Amino acid sequence: MFQRYSAFSLFQQGLRSHRGWTSAWRTPLPKSTYDVIIIGGGGHGLATAYYLARNHGITNVAVIEKNWLGGGNTGRNTTVVRSNYFYPESVDLYELSVKLYEKLSRDINFNVMFSQRGMIVTAHSEPEMEMAARQVNAMRINGTDAELLDEAQFRKKVPIFNFRPDARFPVHGAILQKRGGTARHDAVAWAYARAADSAGVDIIQNCEVEDFIVENGKCVGVNTKLGEIRAGAVGVAAAGHSSDLLQKVDITLPLNSYTLQAFVSEPLKPVIDTVVYCPLTGAYVSQSDKGGLVIGGGLDRVPSYGQRGNLPMQEAVMSGLIEMVPLLSKVKLLRQWGGTVDVSPDSSPILGPTGMEGLYLNCGWGTGGFKAIPAGGYLFASILATGGHHDISKPFDLGRFITGKLIDEAAGAGIAH
Amino acid sequence: MQIFICPFCGPRDEREFHFEREAGKIRPDTTKLVSDIGWSDYLNEQRNTKGAVREVWSHLPCHELFVMERNSLTMDVIYSTSRRGPVT
Ligand SMILES: Cc1cc2nc3c(=O)[nH]c(=O)nc-3n(C[C@H](O)[C@H](O)[C@H](O)COP(=O)(O)OP(=O)(O)OC[C@H]3O[C@@H](n4cnc5c(N)ncnc54)[C@H](O)[C@@H]3O)c2cc1C
Ligand SMILES: [Zn+2]
Repeated sequence: MFQRYSAFSLFQQGLRSHRGWTSAWRTPLPKSTYDVIIIGGGGHGLATAYYLARNHGITNVAVIEKNWLGGGNTGRNTTVVRSNYFYPESVDLYELSVKLYEKLSRDINFNVMFSQRGMIVTAHSEPEMEMAARQVNAMRINGTDAELLDEAQFRKKVPIFNFRPDARFPVHGAILQKRGGTARHDAVAWAYARAADSAGVDIIQNCEVEDFIVENGKCVGVNTKLGEIRAGAVGVAAAGHSSDLLQKVDITLPLNSYTLQAFVSEPLKPVIDTVVYCPLTGAYVSQSDKGGLVIGGGLDRVPSYGQRGNLPMQEAVMSGLIEMVPLLSKVKLLRQWGGTVDVSPDSSPILGPTGMEGLYLNCGWGTGGFKAIPAGGYLFASILATGGHHDISKPFDLGRFITGKLIDEAAGAGIAH
Repeated sequence: MQIFICPFCGPRDEREFHFEREAGKIRPDTTKLVSDIGWSDYLNEQRNTKGAVREVWSHLPCHELFVMERNSLTMDVIYSTSRRGPVT
């Protein structure tokens, strides 16, 4: 069933009018028991299943997804990958992810189109330049790449930016992370799904988890639309729906679910070959290989599970974009959508045990967990396989909200997550 | 644009409002020793309900603090209650 993808197989299929491709994963019915069940077939759930098989030899695994795989935030995000964080704990985590992304297409025989086109954060005054220098130093000390650009260097990288004398936010310089960039979101979900499936993992779509089976205080499985499924360990990777699931076993989480929106324009000739984020307008933009501008901004300000955006934020993001790049003002949007993101008090994720035996968590990625999919999967697999923390995941334990040892990237890196 | 209801000003544009927190949380009694878990429950834990919610909002132009009932899934706005009287 497993077909290796290569330039040669593409050529061969071309000769047969591409009629010989087989499906990339099976559509199995759930078994009654697994070693591990993962709830949520987004990037984090699928990557977890893959690394359980590859790193830990655990293949009797099911990923249970209520809709279609990758249809949650993973298929709705603006695909920025970066590790430009302030605290060492965060850089360890996101840097692991960028490193895994750098090798992913080759490792798993699927082109995820990881393009290290650079990630730029603009600075708009001398004090901001000082903070930018501090950020660059922190990133370098923590072991990732960062450069401080002055205005002329930035102008060379992003000539379409607003350099007019009447600009509301004149640019003084920027932070560049060269190894940052974008990847294709669906491809990341599909790549992990295909690799996990070929290792024996059952991916069960259209199967909502309704409740947990708890015996003697231990989680031993889940009740689903397709009936009861038992497991030695259950991992929840359900992003914005984590609180809703865990309240079924009376566990409350430090999460608020908000809508985050994204926008894609009509296709244009290439105008920008990097990712630019302006903290003052809150908007960021890159250009996809098809030519569409991929545009994002901040959270809607009303807590929501609606999975669609509201107008005030659309207005804020669009006016921000036009302030950044006025020549885009005549460009038309093709599509707009929203995802339900899980925002924690310190804008850092939650990884580890829940307090209930047999039940583990991977959530709280909020607005920035696409970049973390390889690392989130890698670490969550290790947690599920061993029942304890990996060194890199330890600081992200739920316990930090009680000890107060937060990893406050919202304040530290000063960038949206 | 969604319309929220300020108990003092009436129906107004959502941009004029600010979400404060979930309703019904009581600050720990600091005349007694408060445990770390007690503080964490109060400061960090969220019900984050999918469906009918009660939340404290403020109307920025007039500074009214009030309880709004709405649905976090359908986004229907149901009712606003002023905090100036007793709130249950
Ligand atoms: C508009 C937008 C832009 C973003 N931009 C970026 C970006 O540029 N860079 C970046 O790094 N991150 C970005 N993010 C964040 C990123 O998309 C997420 O953090 C990441 O995709 C989370 O992956 P996940 O696998 O945890 O969640 P998801 O992909 O949401 O997967 C969770 C899955 O769980 C399923 N599920 C939920 N409840 C149940 C249940 N009861 N039973 C079964 N299945 C269930 C859902 O259907 C869903 O498929 C963005 C997000 C949005 C919405
Ligand atoms: Zn008012």
